[in-house]
Amino acid sequence: MNTNSRPGAKATSSPTATSNPTPTTNARDHALEFSLLQRAERWKAATARAQRLAREPASDLADATQMADDYRLLAHDLARARRLIPDTRTREYLEAAYVRAHNTLHRTAWHPGYALLNLFRDEIPAVVRWLTPHILWATTIFILTVFAGYWMVHTYPDVIGLFASPDLIATVERGQLWTEGILNIVPSSVLSLQILTNNIVVSLFAYCAGFVFGLGTLYILGLNGLMLGAVFAFTGQHGLEAALFRFIVAHGCVEISVMCLSGAAGAAVGEALIRPSCGSRSESFRIAALRSGKLLIACAVLLVGSGLIEGYISPRPHLPLWGRLVIGIGYWIVMIALLKGWFFRRATPVASDATTHTRAAASFPTNPPMSRSREHRDVSAATVAARPAPHAPAPRAQPRDRSTREPR
Amino acid sequence: MHNARDLVVDSVTGVDLALPVAGPGARSYAFLIDWLIRAILFTSWYGVAALLYNRRWTFIAPMNPDVKWFVLVVTPAAVMYFLYHFVLEIAMHGRTPGKRMAGIHIVTRTGGSPGVGALLTRNVFRLVDSLPLLYGVGLVATFATRDHVRIGDMAAGTILVYERPDVVLPERATAAAASSERALRNSDVEVITELLMRWPQLESEARQHLGAAILKRHGVNAATIDTELRAQLERLLRGAPT
Repeated sequence: MNTNSRPGAKATSSPTATSNPTPTTNARDHALEFSLLQRAERWKAATARAQRLAREPASDLADATQMADDYRLLAHDLARARRLIPDTRTREYLEAAYVRAHNTLHRTAWHPGYALLNLFRDEIPAVVRWLTPHILWATTIFILTVFAGYWMVHTYPDVIGLFASPDLIATVERGQLWTEGILNIVPSSVLSLQILTNNIVVSLFAYCAGFVFGLGTLYILGLNGLMLGAVFAFTGQHGLEAALFRFIVAHGCVEISVMCLSGAAGAAVGEALIRPSCGSRSESFRIAALRSGKLLIACAVLLVGSGLIEGYISPRPHLPLWGRLVIGIGYWIVMIALLKGWFFRRATPVASDATTHTRAAASFPTNPPMSRSREHRDVSAATVAARPAPHAPAPRAQPRDRSTREPR
Repeated sequence: MHNARDLVVDSVTGVDLALPVAGPGARSYAFLIDWLIRAILFTSWYGVAALLYNRRWTFIAPMNPDVKWFVLVVTPAAVMYFLYHFVLEIAMHGRTPGKRMAGIHIVTRTGGSPGVGALLTRNVFRLVDSLPLLYGVGLVATFATRDHVRIGDMAAGTILVYERPDVVLPERATAAAASSERALRNSDVEVITELLMRWPQLESEARQHLGAAILKRHGVNAATIDTELRAQLERLLRGAPT
């Protein structure tokens, strides 16, 4: 049999062959290439399986296991193809098949119900615990700016023009709150929709603005605090502060708290950029953004309720103050319960106190950025290793730092 | 082997994965297509719903809009416009129609499909990326960063890469697979190669012994003359008749 008659006849010499162009190495590469090409049918089957499993779940365990075997097969053959036949369509085919298999194998299982339960039961309480210092600082800044706004307008009444619209000022100067008769102009549902949309956008912006090293978040928190204080001082000068308090109290407790929460999330993002604690600045930013972003989901849910209260309950003139207080404080307690995960407690305690603490930390990829201690790092790592994995994904691949990549 | 612009991911198999990173051009192209689709969806819904609501040939919102106006006309159109990317990226595993047309898709830094949390974060940060107008911040970021990512991608740990085109296996690969000829096993190839390369250093007796053993496994009677034995092994390696 002539060598050239073989279907897998050599087209490209390998790097080894080029550097050692002996007949033996050439023949060796030739034989290896032919052996490689004879596996083409298995590549096709692997590709077809990867495509099928990308669309639908595996039919049985053997099917899923075969996918993992396919992945190894493609990796093995691709490594050989890269050396033996680097500039061929066969290698391109294997590269594409390998990427497809990788994507299919590393696709995270998504179970919406379980994900939501896990989010509200474990992840959000963990984020709140992690963000506690940020929440305290954001609340302090907000309260200080409220006092500052109050003091400014109380001392220099003309400053109200910086915080309130001319219409609002004129209405208050007539001895009326701008909220009176608001339902005659806009229906409750529309009002709720407008308010909750606006509040959610402001919250999201307070979070995203943390990207500017936390300054954007500080600006939004400060501006809202100043406005609240200024408007209270201004209405106080016209004897309307009690009416304003009556209007605000039902929805304001949660609305203001959510403002502080989203401010805290933004501050965490800013802090990660100012003093990165998990590797590089960008890595630290990514981890902080993904962690604290979970809190924004709770914030959005709470703001929907707050918007409904503001649209349907707050403008009602005949609702007594005690009723408003009950609603306001009651909804605030609901907020605390949601943030603490009390609504979705496990039926049976699964761990000791220490383990409970670390179970929450396990949802984080690394240690909290507020702490650089080795102890925290060890606890997180140990817990991640011990974490029960009902929907455990395949082993994670790691991106390679291109600055340290070997030249090829 | 890999392009400098590739995202190279170390796999658990030890064989790295090369994903070509999409640049600002491909990203902008995909965004424009998606924006057009969003705009068409938004205006179509708004137009038809407004006509049905007004019951006359006008698209203008009423002076005092009621709940029906918001529920039937404004909200669905706004949802289509603002949640377009988020919903489709989840449903299409990191793709949108625009990205598909541009031949790109979103992956995580480990080369996998991004989760819902990452996609949500990525889209929330559009608030920053779209500032001050026409995605100014996002566009500058894609030009300035090594992986051509915008702020939302940095926050979510995602990256846009080109889809690998479907490659058809070349004819010779298909022919090799269909060939009745049995290829040597890789281990046999390595053993024969090693033997041939060490041929001068080995004792004649050892060469005879090893060569005969290998040839016997392939059903060939080994020659007793040293040079003939070597030729037999070389022919076996080349796939020529022994």
